[in-house]
Amino acid sequence: MDKSAESYVVDDQDKGLFRVNRRAFTDPECLAEERRRVFDKCWIYIGHESEVPHAGDYRSRNVAGRPMILVRGDDSVVRVLLNTCTHRGSLVCRQKSGNAKTFQCPYHAWTFSSRGQLVGVPGEDSYSDAFKRDDMALATPPQVDNYRGFVFACFDPAADSLYDYLAGAREYLDLVADQSELGMKIVAGQQSYSARANWKLLVENSYDGYHGLPTHQRYFSFLSDIGVDMKGRDVAAPSYQKAVDLGNGHAVVEYQSAWGRPIAHWVAPFGEHRKAHFEEVRRRFDERFGPERSRRICETSRNLGIFPNLVINDIMAITVRTFYPVSPDYMEVNAWALAPADESAEDSALRLDNFLTFLGPGGFATPDDVEMLEACQRGFANREVGWSDISRGMKREHPSITDELQMRAFWRRWNQLMTEPQLKRARKAA
Amino acid sequence: MSSIELPSRQDVEDLLYKEAALLDEWRLDEWMELLTEDAVYEVPPTDVPEGDSRNTLFIIADDAVRIRSRVKQLLGKAAWSENPRSRTRRIIANVRVIGTDGDNILATANFAVHRMRYESVDTYIGHYDYKLVRVGNDLRIRERRAILDNEALRPHGKISFIL
Repeated sequence: MDKSAESYVVDDQDKGLFRVNRRAFTDPECLAEERRRVFDKCWIYIGHESEVPHAGDYRSRNVAGRPMILVRGDDSVVRVLLNTCTHRGSLVCRQKSGNAKTFQCPYHAWTFSSRGQLVGVPGEDSYSDAFKRDDMALATPPQVDNYRGFVFACFDPAADSLYDYLAGAREYLDLVADQSELGMKIVAGQQSYSARANWKLLVENSYDGYHGLPTHQRYFSFLSDIGVDMKGRDVAAPSYQKAVDLGNGHAVVEYQSAWGRPIAHWVAPFGEHRKAHFEEVRRRFDERFGPERSRRICETSRNLGIFPNLVINDIMAITVRTFYPVSPDYMEVNAWALAPADESAEDSALRLDNFLTFLGPGGFATPDDVEMLEACQRGFANREVGWSDISRGMKREHPSITDELQMRAFWRRWNQLMTEPQLKRARKAA
Repeated sequence: MSSIELPSRQDVEDLLYKEAALLDEWRLDEWMELLTEDAVYEVPPTDVPEGDSRNTLFIIADDAVRIRSRVKQLLGKAAWSENPRSRTRRIIANVRVIGTDGDNILATANFAVHRMRYESVDTYIGHYDYKLVRVGNDLRIRERRAILDNEALRPHGKISFIL
């Protein structure tokens, strides 16, 4: 195999070997390239439209290192505004969330509407005729779009539409979005955490079926202790499972899970008193979608990775998770719970309770994932061991969820973006 | 009017200092003896510190079953995020006995919990809201809520020990 210093990925389909250069996890120059070639070129998740339900509602947040405002304007249109005054640069919004008719820069009191238009400049008569308010609106990413409530932005004006970009991932977003006829909502409360590890390690981890048993044995012991029937639901070899390359670097694993799902898969710890309600919900899904799609929505779990940095895991609850590199060995992670907008208070409480059994920085699983990513990152200091192996299941006709097809889908797209000639740049230089 | 006699601040301090020592020393079985059978342990999210775990995504919202499981896991070998274990050192201060709510005694205290692991030091800062009950001559913990002042678990990454 050619493992030249310049290549990040060795993808030998004849031999069935796939290797990733650990420089991809450690090299500051690689991160600088990622910012330009990945984060500035791809559609990046900003937030969910349910987070700004009313005109004037806003959330300010850092997205891939940039302070942005997700805001529903007074015209009810959800926009993404870049949180920097077009005058001299200050943040115009310094609150985390709220409702506002305008954003007034605290520095010189320039005022912007909830649509981003410049509507007030103190002492405007001191500017020349060449100064136009229209030129000085708050900037927006060149492309902003929404798929079934999930709002994304893209800094490449020439990029494919969000619809085309999502490719095969749309089918799996639909399986989540279809869980309510009234739409889905982000539940209050953001889990804001971090890992002392490269961001791509969390991509790999988020749909890695191979690590489930060794890393999370304490979680499966807990399930067994509280009375979940683990028989016939072998977590290592579930009866129904598939791993799918969804195109454009997106991938998913879908499988029959042991844990209960608050949408409509009852397990004993949920209580006998809830059984009839779950059956009723299931019957409504059967009516809406037919038995096959209803079964997928209700019974199967999905770990979905949307390239480059959005994870939607529809497992014992639904988590929306996004993360950004701060440095090669440190990332910031934000995670939320997604739920049917019309879910009852009792169902919502059960969902959140089930979420916390596994997920989040205080759950019975996520802390151990963070531990493993950090252990990998520390291990990478052994520069003599230059490559990670991601070959598992490469020669199998139908790789299982404990194989590594899903990670290879990510890495192939990542490698393509990181190594393809940048034509525009080359032309300009010439 | 409540008929419950409030404990002295010193009685509450004695309980909280003992709790801190047991947790720092990883004597978690003994720590559980300070809790009631129906105890609750919660850590709200950093952006909704006053939230209700029934409608807000918390970081931790353990009922008694989950507290017991958490302790069992932490004392076992497979909680990798605490194997090897963190060193922790808790500074508990500004203890106040606030009043009563039914048969619960309400108390609050500030905390600075330092976690040392792999030669990093992360500090969790915030306050506890306690609901305590009298069991015979002793005070027991019915609810402990650790409310973080940290705006995010960064760079902490996780709350893998009992905060």
